[in-house]
Amino acid sequence: MRVSLTVNGRPQQADDVWEGESLLYVLRERLGLPGAKNACEQGECGSCTVRLDGELVCSCLVAAGQAEGREVVTVEGLADHAERRRTAAPGVGLDEARDWRPVPGDGTRLAPVQQAFVDAGAVQCGFCTPGLLVAADDLLAQNPEPTDADIREALSGNLCRCTGYEKIMDAVRLAAARQAEEV
Amino acid sequence: MPRTGPAGVPTRITQGAQTAGGIGESTLRPDGILKVTGEFAYSSDLWHEDMLWGHLLRSTVAHAEIVSIDVSEALALPGVHAVLTYDDLPADVRTYGLEIQDTPVLAHGKVRHHGEPVAAVAADHPETARRAAAKIRVEYRELPVITDEFSATAPDAVLVHEGRTDHHAPYVSHPNILHRQPIVRGDAAAAAERADVIVRGEYTFGMQDQAFLGPESGLAVPEEDGGVHLYIATQWLHSDLRQIAPVLGLPEDKVRMTLAGVGGAFGGREDLSMQIHACLLALRTGRPVKIVYDRFESFFGHVHRHPAKLTYEHGATRDGLLTHVKCRIVLDGGAYASASPAVVGNAASLGIGPYDVDDVDIEAVALYTNNPPCGAMRGFGAVQACFAYEAQMDKLAGELGLDPVEFRQLNAMEQGSTLPTGQVVDSPAPVAELLRRVKAMPLPPERQWESSEGADVRQLPGGLSNTTHGEGVVRGIGYAVGIKNVGFSEGFDDYSTAKVRMEVVGGEPVAVVHTAMAEVGQGGVTVHAQIARTELGVEQVTIQPADTRVGSAGSTSASRQTYVTGGAVRNACALVRERVLEIGRRKFGTHHPAWATAELLLERGKVVTDGGEVLADLADVLEGESVEVEREWRHRPTQPFDRRTGQGNGHVQYSFAAHRAVVEVDTELGLVKVVELACAQDVGKALNPLSVLGQIQGGTVQGLGVAVMEEILVDPVTAKVRNPSFTDYLIPTILDTPTIPVDILELADHHAPYGLRGAGEAPTLSSTPAVLAAIRAATGLELNRTPVRPEHLTGTA
Repeated sequence: MRVSLTVNGRPQQADDVWEGESLLYVLRERLGLPGAKNACEQGECGSCTVRLDGELVCSCLVAAGQAEGREVVTVEGLADHAERRRTAAPGVGLDEARDWRPVPGDGTRLAPVQQAFVDAGAVQCGFCTPGLLVAADDLLAQNPEPTDADIREALSGNLCRCTGYEKIMDAVRLAAARQAEEV
Repeated sequence: MPRTGPAGVPTRITQGAQTAGGIGESTLRPDGILKVTGEFAYSSDLWHEDMLWGHLLRSTVAHAEIVSIDVSEALALPGVHAVLTYDDLPADVRTYGLEIQDTPVLAHGKVRHHGEPVAAVAADHPETARRAAAKIRVEYRELPVITDEFSATAPDAVLVHEGRTDHHAPYVSHPNILHRQPIVRGDAAAAAERADVIVRGEYTFGMQDQAFLGPESGLAVPEEDGGVHLYIATQWLHSDLRQIAPVLGLPEDKVRMTLAGVGGAFGGREDLSMQIHACLLALRTGRPVKIVYDRFESFFGHVHRHPAKLTYEHGATRDGLLTHVKCRIVLDGGAYASASPAVVGNAASLGIGPYDVDDVDIEAVALYTNNPPCGAMRGFGAVQACFAYEAQMDKLAGELGLDPVEFRQLNAMEQGSTLPTGQVVDSPAPVAELLRRVKAMPLPPERQWESSEGADVRQLPGGLSNTTHGEGVVRGIGYAVGIKNVGFSEGFDDYSTAKVRMEVVGGEPVAVVHTAMAEVGQGGVTVHAQIARTELGVEQVTIQPADTRVGSAGSTSASRQTYVTGGAVRNACALVRERVLEIGRRKFGTHHPAWATAELLLERGKVVTDGGEVLADLADVLEGESVEVEREWRHRPTQPFDRRTGQGNGHVQYSFAAHRAVVEVDTELGLVKVVELACAQDVGKALNPLSVLGQIQGGTVQGLGVAVMEEILVDPVTAKVRNPSFTDYLIPTILDTPTIPVDILELADHHAPYGLRGAGEAPTLSSTPAVLAAIRAATGLELNRTPVRPEHLTGTA
């Protein structure tokens, strides 16, 4: 089958998609966007977390056909996504937020949460990082001043085997603090 | 839309904007930005035009004769390009292994454990490959399974490996014992007479999995000369190469290997997984072949941490001095040898921990069984022993009425102490100090979950499951300390190679560092750039992708890479510096007498005298020339342990960490919340403090995992794995993980480059027994197995 969807603001089509393929497989193997990671492929580790029409999902659990006509934001589009959110007028309504279209960037700009992960040493092997970034960015969009317990709760679906999570906590706190300074 | 993938090209991890930072600074990772943008190419991200997908068929039983294999249906499936079994292997060499070549590439006549590879398929879609594998008909005739010491060593036991010819075989009392290492020093029986108190204990350590997140994967590309280029996530390229080439029937120079992005390792990538299968399929089909394990297969695709049974007897005098230790450590090595012999050596030689005891009687053995093969994992044999000897130390302190930390400090080894192997510890061993530091850290407040609005259930045992509001919750505090060897021991030629080039690019002096070191997340690439900056006085450093065009770097394991490959980079830089200065003398020597007379340094892009006088810009010295050297580097040699007495200078360096755990336990439901896990560790010299912290905190949480949740469950009757998934094999989430304050001590080991001490493994040792000690303190229960499960805490086990 053919699947048409919008990924990071760009319309995409994948042909000859087998019915059993996941959105994760289509992103990685058919669209050349390997940022979402394939660590467990059963919805347990969060490494493949993307936004689907604004909602966090494990893309391994989304059948490719379910993504037809929908909008996907992956870690590759996170910087544009965050920039758009930052410059948007305060009090964006839900419908307006859903109409948001990321603008493809030059690939060098980082979302605040991406920069914070680098600066805080929250990246080691980095395999969990894309999923954590998408989830952490979503947390900070909804809750700009999360407590430690909030951060832990929000990221509890994302496994990391390298860091012991301390530097990830530091990174999210750092991103939140920088976000607060900007306002 | 056609995929335009990385086509097998490794991610360049040359530096980006980060051009500052010598040793001792928390320089940021050069690959960090690529990793946060999703651009870093892990081994499972590789792609090649026309590539096929490989998949393995694995045995559904643990021990059986293979009566027949019929691949005709699989081959007939549209889209299938090749199906290989043992009979299709092209060379006489059809097995591999790290030390003993006992592991079949594809099963031959027999399978010896659940999940053993039986056949390999290549097809045009991963699902086609899976379906084809499912159509291969294998007829098994099941054999009795060996699952424990009793069944393994029975006089009429079925042999896991008949006709063993390996070098350990003549020294063991039964062919199902893979290796045995006794260590006898002094007279433990006589010393026991002096003991006022003797405690005994039997401990069980469950089978832990490395559970790295990036699954086993790689891409094999056939080359025009009949060779193959393998892009692979591994811990040691040259070790893989040595094992792969003979099975392919190719000379090593026709097997090129390039490191692809590695998503964690922790020992689980020391052994081969899909390397040979991908190469075989690529050579057979003439097409690039990618294999990516799914998580289920990953649990079968790598060795695990040895489960162990440990029996200990400790004695002490009334005033708190250890008299003797007797112990026996039985490690289940599973069906194939992997790293088991070396794990035995570690468990035995470090079996009594960082304590001074003159009279010891230690025995460690590894068994061949039909359980999953076990081998390397962070802490490597020292972990299991630490769990047991630290429990014993608490037990003894309790019997003597002494504070557990003070009791440990009374017996703590120090520089100049003698190990059970007779080896004298000739570098700092701050065991008592680490315990003092970890105890001195402020404790987290009691009942943190309470607030004016009630209980924040997220901070209670059971967390969001809302199982308690604090009633029935008790707190406990526990301590532990451990000792881990650094580097490969027992006489292993543990060298590394580094190639360093210095040249002028765009008017700036640049250092190019090329090693075969596997960057698995530990941050070696950061440290190598820091070393080059420090030694060569340049800002710009390029780290070349790791591959086999340069000599071996040895394994990224045993906490050794910064020591050994870092040492090789430093020494290669020193040689580059000498050559650069020779060029300088030749070009400018007549301009200033200091060129001939002073001690010269390279700093901030210039040649300077030790008095700080600038003699020349490096860019001018090197203009039109470049300097390149490749150099091997070795640490001090070690010796094998005597097979009867265990005596010998077997280790090169030691690493020490201490933990204090604070836990809260819901005694009604048996749920544990680790509130805080503080660590104090001596790292000799923190070349990159941020990376060192990451290693300590990450290692600490792996120890926490095995304390309270992680275990591969193997059915004791069928030897089948019950929980090969992240649904059923639990690793700590961020909610299971506490804050981890760390106190880093830097007491230089003058034998090591910059005084550093390998840091990655020690924190994994003591974290587990500290958590167990805290749970015991909270509940008063004995708890002699890990992981602790709710049923052990509620008395319903």
